[in-house]
Amino acid sequence: MRLFRHELRNQQRLFWRNRESAVFVFVFPPLLFLLLGAVYSGEIDGFRAADVLLVGLIGYGCANTAFAGLAITLVIRRESGVLKRIRATPLPTVTYLAAVLGSTLLVFVLQMLVTIALGLTLYGAKGPENWPAMVPVVLLGVACFAGMGFGVTSLIRSSEGASAVVNLIVLPMAFLSGSFGPTRHYPEVLRWIADVLPLTYLIRLMKDVYLRGGSFLGHPKDIAILVAWGLLGVLIAWRRFGWEPRER
Amino acid sequence: MTALEVAGLRKSYGTVEALAGISFTVQQGEVFGLLGPNGAGKTTTVEILEGYRMRDGGDVTVLGVDPEHGGTAMRERIGVVLQASDLPAALTVREVHKMFAGYYTKPRDVDEVIELVGLGEKSGSRVKTLSGGQKRRLDLGVALVGDPELLFLDEPTTGFDPAARRTAWELVRSLRELGKTILLTTHYLDEAQQLADRVAVIRGGRIVKQGSPAELIGAAPKVEIRYREDGREVVIETDEPTRLLAELTGAAAAAGRELDSLEVVRPSLEDVYLDLIDNGVAES
Repeated sequence: MRLFRHELRNQQRLFWRNRESAVFVFVFPPLLFLLLGAVYSGEIDGFRAADVLLVGLIGYGCANTAFAGLAITLVIRRESGVLKRIRATPLPTVTYLAAVLGSTLLVFVLQMLVTIALGLTLYGAKGPENWPAMVPVVLLGVACFAGMGFGVTSLIRSSEGASAVVNLIVLPMAFLSGSFGPTRHYPEVLRWIADVLPLTYLIRLMKDVYLRGGSFLGHPKDIAILVAWGLLGVLIAWRRFGWEPRER
Repeated sequence: MTALEVAGLRKSYGTVEALAGISFTVQQGEVFGLLGPNGAGKTTTVEILEGYRMRDGGDVTVLGVDPEHGGTAMRERIGVVLQASDLPAALTVREVHKMFAGYYTKPRDVDEVIELVGLGEKSGSRVKTLSGGQKRRLDLGVALVGDPELLFLDEPTTGFDPAARRTAWELVRSLRELGKTILLTTHYLDEAQQLADRVAVIRGGRIVKQGSPAELIGAAPKVEIRYREDGREVVIETDEPTRLLAELTGAAAAAGRELDSLEVVRPSLEDVYLDLIDNGVAES
């Protein structure tokens, strides 16, 4: 536990000290919310536009933080030899990974609270209808995307390519899953693709809990699909994850 | 007491045999040098001992345990300087030391270690602002911060200017005085000679010579006498250069001949090493 706290503090320091990643991971989703919130007005699917966008961008923030940010950070650490060096210390692998996950969760929760605060104050959006049910939603979302993050880290070969590969996945996914606005008028093909993506289900689940006050366990299908995506990532990581640079 | 024991160590990468059965023993408090050219198998050996790689064959113990199953208990007791690895660029020198110190149950005082490796003035500087030599000293500081009994230094001075190398040598000597056991790899003969109590020369995954630096020099090839005669070069190896030279020059002078381009060549340490590397035969 002492080691976990020590490493969590290290992870937090490393995250905030690195300005570029902190801006990209932490600031970008709330910033997009500010922009889109200023553009859309009226109603989307029977909800106020600001409320729908708020939930959509929290979902995007989850994917951006736990998947994109995590994967880019891990690839850079692997390629620069930091991961390899840490493996030579008595810090257990499990503790290290737990601290990385804990730090990711902390960053995302903080980002979500900032986004909600912006929505409440600037666009008259509402807070979560069901606060307690948001806890498992957030945990599930971070776990799912972090699992995918570990998976994709194992497939990326170089630091240079990491950001490109990851954003090529995250941005279209967010667009198709309805993070940036309603998808009802998208062509059918795009909606089929969206039906496979995990973010679609995270947003759907969050919409119900956040906007309608629905319960977490009322959505076994959404939960199952998110768990499946997370497990797929973990499975790939299990088979392919490496601690040492690929290119040296 | 034995700190490291390696017997018949073998390792292949695919069809390439990196280590073809090497054996050596390092006693506690000893500085042992693995000397050899790039690709000889030095790093593979060290990384097996550090627990990074699985061996294909042979017996290995590090501080009495098999490094493949050494776990955190073994890593508490070793310090590692890898050949190529960065430390978090955004942290300061002091923060990096504190980060690593926190991984050990009985770390050394962080500021003391920073002074020891000569980074006192850089304590508050970000890692990304350090020069190459300073980064290498940071690697060494981080390796020392857990107060290890056994240190692995994989080419610790590669890329140093001569002055920085001298400083690093002084540091290794002071660690030796503290009673640390050190396994050092290098491709500089003078470094091995300066620092190591015993040296193993490794080439193509085999140890071609093992012993104290003095013993290595004792294996020096004979003195060569070279000259040109009738347009071709004559090279004679001898243990008795004085007598042979007197005979040669006497005969030439008596016949009124000149020995063209006459020279007597005594091999340097460098030649000893290169000779081992080029023609080395595995020790029997």
